[in-house]
Amino acid sequence: MSSQSIIKVMIGFYVVLFFAYLFGPLMVMSITAFNTPSYPSAYPFEGFTLNWFVKLWNHRAMMDGLVNSIIIGIGVICVSVPVGLAAAIVMNQIYHRARSLYYLVTVSPVLTPGVIIGISTVIFWRDFSEMTGTRGLFYKGIMLSIFGQASFISAYCLLIIMARLQRFDRAQEEAALDLGASYPQVFWHILLPFLRPALVSAAVIAFLSSFENYNTTTFAILADKTLVTVLAGEVRQGTTPALSALAVIIIGLSLFGAIAYEVAKRREERRSARIAERAKLAERGELAPADATPQPA
Amino acid sequence: MSRLFVYLIPVFVIAVFMVMAHYEKRLAHDPTHRGFFDRNGTVLGVTFIALVAFWTLFLVVLPYLYMVQESFHPKLVAAERGGPKDILTLEQYRSFFIQPTDGEVNTTHLWAFFFSLAASAAVTVLNFAICYPLAYYMAQAGSVQKVRLLMLALIVPYWVNEILRAFSLRLLLASKGLINQVLMGVGLTDAPVDFLGNNVGLYVGLSYAYLLVMMFPLYNAVESLDKNQIEAARDLGAPWWRIHKDVVVPYAKPGIASGCTMVFMLSAGSLAAPQFLGGPQTLWFTSIVYDFFFQAFNWPRGAAYAFLLLAGCIALVMLMLRVFKVSLGETIK
Repeated sequence: MSSQSIIKVMIGFYVVLFFAYLFGPLMVMSITAFNTPSYPSAYPFEGFTLNWFVKLWNHRAMMDGLVNSIIIGIGVICVSVPVGLAAAIVMNQIYHRARSLYYLVTVSPVLTPGVIIGISTVIFWRDFSEMTGTRGLFYKGIMLSIFGQASFISAYCLLIIMARLQRFDRAQEEAALDLGASYPQVFWHILLPFLRPALVSAAVIAFLSSFENYNTTTFAILADKTLVTVLAGEVRQGTTPALSALAVIIIGLSLFGAIAYEVAKRREERRSARIAERAKLAERGELAPADATPQPA
Repeated sequence: MSRLFVYLIPVFVIAVFMVMAHYEKRLAHDPTHRGFFDRNGTVLGVTFIALVAFWTLFLVVLPYLYMVQESFHPKLVAAERGGPKDILTLEQYRSFFIQPTDGEVNTTHLWAFFFSLAASAAVTVLNFAICYPLAYYMAQAGSVQKVRLLMLALIVPYWVNEILRAFSLRLLLASKGLINQVLMGVGLTDAPVDFLGNNVGLYVGLSYAYLLVMMFPLYNAVESLDKNQIEAARDLGAPWWRIHKDVVVPYAKPGIASGCTMVFMLSAGSLAAPQFLGGPQTLWFTSIVYDFFFQAFNWPRGAAYAFLLLAGCIALVMLMLRVFKVSLGETIK
């Protein structure tokens, strides 16, 4: 008995330690955002201030970078989600023997170091745009960042969409075809609505991974800046509590997002449970009269 | 033109795909089988193929090939490209082993290469050790409610981007940071410990950055293990460490391999943690690549180094997979 409770205490201690490691640094950083000294420090707490948030707001380069980050994020969604969807459908239909090679090519960007993706994107588009005379169109920081990030973010989207596509019941497709739908109609009216949740989460993941990417973007952005590359420059130069202030905002937003996600998921679960319940009742209702019909004796 | 031959490779690969498709079709003899364009309609079929082709060719394969061919060229200014000086050369790769300036062995870069791979491997092992108990606990012992809460708590810190996370660790570990304040306050040390200079910051930063990357594959792998197997082992009198060694770990091996592969590749290719948490003496290999691009403007040499890094990582991962007898296919699933 006592060995059981010792194990329990040890596990509890370990979990606490683990999450202290995970959250500790972020908490300390958050405190520094509200403390007055210009070298970010949590202790001693000399006085409460919101000054660093104002400083952050007035930081021009960071705000410009933020705009670029949002543009790139939207661009990546526009490239990666359709590509991921197409790639998932092709993956589902491709010949068996070709599948593993196809899989290797499409998933390799996930494992390739981001630095290498950035470099290769820049070199390729430099030469390609020169060769085809499209330098003005393609050889731009925002364009290259979208291409570089989309190369691996499309693979994330592929994996997310694939997971749902595998649960798709082909019988639905067959039924629609039997009822006279054309193949494109099946795609637009059956498959796409079925995949909608996966497409939405692919878009969210695409935007978030694009927004916080550093390794690829620092090369691909060329002379432009994104929020993260500006941030990197700031951190390299020194430390200011304005960075902590930015982190506080991000932590706040992600806490909010996480809670919203959890609430939405619970609501969704309750709703589907209700629908299942109602379906069960309806089924029983339909069967009941048949059971109730008096049997000829 | 040496630069144009790279287009032949994807053409060749596509040809191989088509031959395979044709072969499979002949082999299958399935009268109900419909071709790709029949099944999706011509317009959608062409759109799908075009999107996938754009991605795999223009965003993945061709950039890789261009980087590799760039690494076999000398450093040239834009006007010289395509001219008589634009020859194929191994000079960039030789410079990794022997310094071009004085002909000495290039110990700095060789050491940085070795150090980056070794440190990444160490971080991988460390993260496995940190994550395994919690993954096991969540997958086998925790209630659904608790697991969901823990998952959420795991994900939230990862929405804060890599740079700010590195920054937060720097605030803790700096010589004026909180940890040193505490250490000196308690009286354990008189002078601040230089965590950033002696690479503790680097290891902590890398481990911290990729904790979740290890956690999820591990959790998924352990989660699908039937609890009865553990019960059976326990009933047969196996001590707890035997249960892990002979039941859980062999079962979760693909998940462990994929977590380790990802953490290793990400650490070896990371740029933020070494830049912001490494000391002035720390020479991380990706930082060297970065400097070739942004300070020396020597793109071919940067490309050669990047390719060496990729080759080194892949070779090490393959070796490890072979040692632990896991197939690559299992890992990337």
